[in-house]
This record gives sequence, structure tokens and C-alpha cells, in this order.
Amino acid sequence: MIAIIDYDAGNLTSVQRAVSHLGIECMVTKEQAEIEAAERIIFPGVGAAGAAMQSLRRYGLDRALKEALAIGKPVLGICIGSQIILTHSEENDTPCLDFLNGTVRSFSPDNRTEDGQKLKIPHMGWNGLDVKQPHPLLSGVSASDEFYFVHSYYPEPQNPDSVIAVTNYGITFASIVGFNNLFATQFHLEKSGPPGLKILDNFCTWQP
Amino acid sequence: MLSKRIIPCLDVREGRTTKGIKFKDNVDIGDPVDMARLYYEAGADEIVFYDITASYEKRDIMLDVVQQVAETIFIPFSVGGGIRTVADMRNVLLAGAEKVSVNSAAVNNPAIIAQGAKAFGNQCIVLGMDAKFIGQSKEIPSGYEIFINGGRTPMKMDALQWALEAQKLGAGEICLNSIDADGTKEGYELNLTKLISDNVNIPVIASGGAGTPEHLRDVLTVARADAALIASMVHYGTYTIAEIKSYLASSGVKIRRTG
Repeated sequence: MIAIIDYDAGNLTSVQRAVSHLGIECMVTKEQAEIEAAERIIFPGVGAAGAAMQSLRRYGLDRALKEALAIGKPVLGICIGSQIILTHSEENDTPCLDFLNGTVRSFSPDNRTEDGQKLKIPHMGWNGLDVKQPHPLLSGVSASDEFYFVHSYYPEPQNPDSVIAVTNYGITFASIVGFNNLFATQFHLEKSGPPGLKILDNFCTWQP
Repeated sequence: MLSKRIIPCLDVREGRTTKGIKFKDNVDIGDPVDMARLYYEAGADEIVFYDITASYEKRDIMLDVVQQVAETIFIPFSVGGGIRTVADMRNVLLAGAEKVSVNSAAVNNPAIIAQGAKAFGNQCIVLGMDAKFIGQSKEIPSGYEIFINGGRTPMKMDALQWALEAQKLGAGEICLNSIDADGTKEGYELNLTKLISDNVNIPVIASGGAGTPEHLRDVLTVARADAALIASMVHYGTYTIAEIKSYLASSGVKIRRTG
């Protein structure tokens, strides 16, 4: 059973639909007992860092996640789930979960795209990956595959060893971060067509 | 580098896809869920649905369509048409759409953009705009006037000023339709698209007038749109999405290749 963490962030049903489509059992939950009993955890969400942290703390989900990571349970973060695992977010100056040393930064409209155009924010649409470290969850993903992004902030881990892949949008930013039993994508696996579903499927059998 | 998006647009009336010219003379062209699946498999980057159901009582049919689409395709899609309140937005988003688009309702009540952005995030709120060239004047400095009610009612509002105001209110994207070009298959309105795209900081989807892959190339390069909406050129099988994308790639436009 996979527990999809419910902390009042949007987009949970999309993740649930994608996992169900793969024929894998999952539940959307904020109950600590169910999260403890689950074999794997997906930590998705869209929204603002401040509101997300507030809800996580209110439901005690920050502790539940920390414990899951500590005992080696596979955890998959998506979008805001790849950001608030860091120490701090520039979005409303929010202290975050600190599972991973680093800061969540905002794109600057002063940056330019590769062809010299001003950067539109959010970074919305399909973009590729430059994989820095081969990872079992990326098995079956090809170098030309693209993924769907919607975000105005991005994770910047302190330790380059925790950057699994990077993406270019005006600047080069970490689009997959992780270590040991944690894997987190800035892009939406549930909305990235077949390659996104492939990574989700890989996660469901991952033995870190 | 971010790819330009190719977005088929489906007009849905009472649960069936239709296509009209200049907002009139709609004919039935199929089941929206089947069409969404075919476009998903063919490499569409996103899909836009407009609910043009006239009767308010029959609007729930669209929520069923949205739910079925969400269980079938795993790319983003947006829904517009008849969304007047934050509750309407919530229903569509809960049914599985990524984004909602507001057009006439936002002109009549701009606060709905801010309310929607606050409740669901800017990225969820698309401003749909129907603009028509009427010539520059003191009232309409850009020369492009906003129309509502499916292009029937002129609002004495300048298109560029409205785009900037909507961005300030929290719109995350603009879907810009040219009334002059819509249904002509003679190409997008490049001046209008470039004007808006150059002046806002949010993505712009160009709409109206697509007839050939060259039209998409022009609007995505010369007019700097971030995405291009297509309808009849793919609905009637004149072109496939693969053909359009392969032409664009060979013209140097960065697009997402699939399969």
C-alpha cells in the first residue's frame, strides 16, 4: 500500500489517479497510523511553502515523514514535495523540513532564456533532464524524454551529491533531488505522460 | 530548455465535441474523452476544453467529461466556459482539471481572478481573452478591444491593459484569441500575440486562425507565443500532431518529441 500524504494541498487526486492507473493500491491520508503502516509514501502537492508547512505541522505529518525517512521507507516527493524537504524557502521566508540541507529559491525575471527572451514565471510546460547521477527510478527513461513543470521556486541543495538531475530555464536548477530512500522531482510525474508514469511505476517497486 | 506547447482545443456542448466558425454554426465532431485520449497518445502537450453548453442545467455533464478525461490522460488540461464563481472553479479542479480558464466572468468581475489565484494558486488560473482589432484610439490605445459573450459584446476595454491587469490580479497564463483570425485558417494574429506576449511576464497561448504548421512556426517564433492552440487543422485530420511537431522541429522550434 502506498500512502499519498494529504495536507490540504491541491492536486492529490491527480497523483492518486495516476497510481491507480498503474494498477497499484494507494490511499490519500493524513492519519499517522496509516502512514506508518504504508509500505511507501508519496509526498505531492502544489501551493505555497508557508501554507504547506503550516498544514504539515498541524497534522503532525512533519514528524511522520521524518520517521519514515529514518527507518528507510521509500519516499517520493513531487513539486512542492521536492522543495519543502530543504532547510528554508525564500517563498515568504519559510523555515522548512530540513531533511536536506539547502534553500528553495525563486526564479528571477531578470534572467534570460537561451535565446535571449525574458523569463516568464512560472516555469510552465515541458522541459528535459540532464541526469547527474544514474538512479534506479530513472530506468527506462530516455535522454530525450521531457517532463511537465509548473513552478516559480526551485530547490537548491547545498551538497551536490544530492542533485540527481538538473534542468535549464534561464539558469540550471536541480529538478530531481534525493539521497538513500528519498527521491523528489520538481516536475509533475502524474502529468508527464508515459515517462512520468514510468518513474512512478519504478518507485512502486523500488528497494533502496 | 523549455519546449513550446502544442495544445488541441475541444469545444464541448452537452458532452459532445463541436466545431464552429467565428463562434457560429457548430457541428458535432465526436466524443471529447475519445478525442482527448487520441491527442494524448499522438503527443499533444496539453488539452483545452471549452464548455459551450448553453443551458445552465446541463453544465454538470461537463464535470462527468472532465472526470473521465482525468482518468484517461496523464498530461495537463484546462477547462473554460461558464465558470463564474470560485465554487465553479473548485468543481472543475476537483473533477481533475489542472487549470480553469475565465473569460467573460473575469471581465464582469475581475476579483474572481484574485479569488481563484488565492484559493488554488496562480498556476491554476488562465485568463481567456477575445480581442478584435478596431483601430487605435484614446480609449483603446493598443487598437485591440476586448469582447465577451463568445465574441458578441464589445466592452470598450483595451486588450493590453486588460492582460496587464489580469496578470497583476494573479492570472498564471493568458489564452489569447483573435476574433478576426478565429476560424479563418489563415494564420494567427501575429501583431496582437507579440504585443501581449512581449508585455506580460506570464505564458501566452495563441489562439485563432491556425491552418498550417507554418502558422504555428510564425506565432511561436516571430510573435513569441509560449504555446499554440489548434482545432480544425487536427480535428478534421488535415494534419497530425506528429506532422506539425516534426515540421516545427525542422524549423528550429524547440518542441517535445514523443514516441
